[in-house]
Amino acid sequence: MALSSKTKAVLLGPLNKNNPVIVQVLGICSALAVTSKLEPSLVMAISVTIVVAFANVIISLLRKTIPNRIRIIVQLVVAAALVTIVSEVLKAFAYDVNKQLSVFVGLIVTNCILMGRLEAFALGNGPWPSFLDGIGNGLGYGWILIVVGFFRELLGSGTLMGHQVIPQAFYDAGYENNGLMMLAPMAILLVACIIWIHRANNKELQEETN
Amino acid sequence: MNRENSGYTIIYAAVMVILVALGLAFTHQVLNEKQTTNVNIDKMQQILRSLNINAKAAEAEAKYDELVKNAYLIDSHGNKVEGTEGITPNDPAFSTELGSEGAQGLPVYEAEVAGAPVYIIPMRGTGLWGAIWGYLAVEADGSTIYGSEFGHAGETPGLGAEIVTLAFRNQFTGKELFKEGEFRSIAVVKPGKSVANRDYVDGISGGTITSQGVDKMLLQSVGEYKSFLMNLQAAQ
Repeated sequence: MALSSKTKAVLLGPLNKNNPVIVQVLGICSALAVTSKLEPSLVMAISVTIVVAFANVIISLLRKTIPNRIRIIVQLVVAAALVTIVSEVLKAFAYDVNKQLSVFVGLIVTNCILMGRLEAFALGNGPWPSFLDGIGNGLGYGWILIVVGFFRELLGSGTLMGHQVIPQAFYDAGYENNGLMMLAPMAILLVACIIWIHRANNKELQEETN
Repeated sequence: MNRENSGYTIIYAAVMVILVALGLAFTHQVLNEKQTTNVNIDKMQQILRSLNINAKAAEAEAKYDELVKNAYLIDSHGNKVEGTEGITPNDPAFSTELGSEGAQGLPVYEAEVAGAPVYIIPMRGTGLWGAIWGYLAVEADGSTIYGSEFGHAGETPGLGAEIVTLAFRNQFTGKELFKEGEFRSIAVVKPGKSVANRDYVDGISGGTITSQGVDKMLLQSVGEYKSFLMNLQAAQ
């Protein structure tokens, strides 16, 4: 499928130079809350991608009718309705996953990325670019979550997706899981490390110092 | 059409809310039956886990029917409430939740494992972020724990949420609720600490509030079954 350069920028920009988490520093709250294990990070990434993409499409379709004064309320209602539907469907068809995510699904409503994209992009663009923008931002948010979740679970619990990966021999030799990794401050430090590496490789993102 | 007109704004908001409400109500109606079935199967799985049986969702119902012989409500003296027997999801013992309004009594499930009766009692309490609950399987002597199961609404993954793990639950097996004929419950202590005069298990490191919640839940929820458990002991 050949994508025009503009479409490409909309879809792939958020994965790198316009990343919602490490460049715009949005959605940090949930990035800290759900990443102590890999699996919730993964499901959260997928759920956010789906919700942002569809909310973007709906708001984009309605954009010419929405009264300006209540546009935030309209966006919130659409987002909340979509999240409720996702949660209901999960309850009916993937009960176990829903149980694991519990509060996290509801938290998607308050995700700044969601409202940010609706306000900044969907209100001014057509449904197809909005859809791609939603997918792009969802994935841009998702890969950070997955990287952070990977390191936190590996170093904090010695497991990945619940399976033991650090061999018992390490523990016998005196290795210990880092309990700090389980706490939210370590997620901030990990995100900061990702930002550091990312900025080091993208000089144009570095801020001028006087 | 003037989008900034107040009348338009009000009508827009009203129509939007009604449409969304209809949509959500419809979704709920359509999926309700499936959700209820899932909730019931989940409850059966929890009860089975307290018997140390890890049943998949597909086989939980058959396994539950096979092992759970009876279920009923008990009154505050630990006696069976007449007419509440039955193990299906529609019977009062299954549909009564602890602490629900107008409940006729407290639910007890009677299972038979390898020829010996095991009594399963539900528990309910609070953790750090929200509700925690569980099932405790007690042997016929009314004191020895056969198995346990814990669940939570939203404890911290990796910390408080670890109460659902086998490593935590298995500690309870063989512990005794009664010491010297007195109900003492089972303490959940900080790993490495100990308590005198009662059985105890190690709590979760870093999950202190949740561990305390489990401790309190055992004391209170199981405490409500004190008379029932004493009756079991008397019948021995």
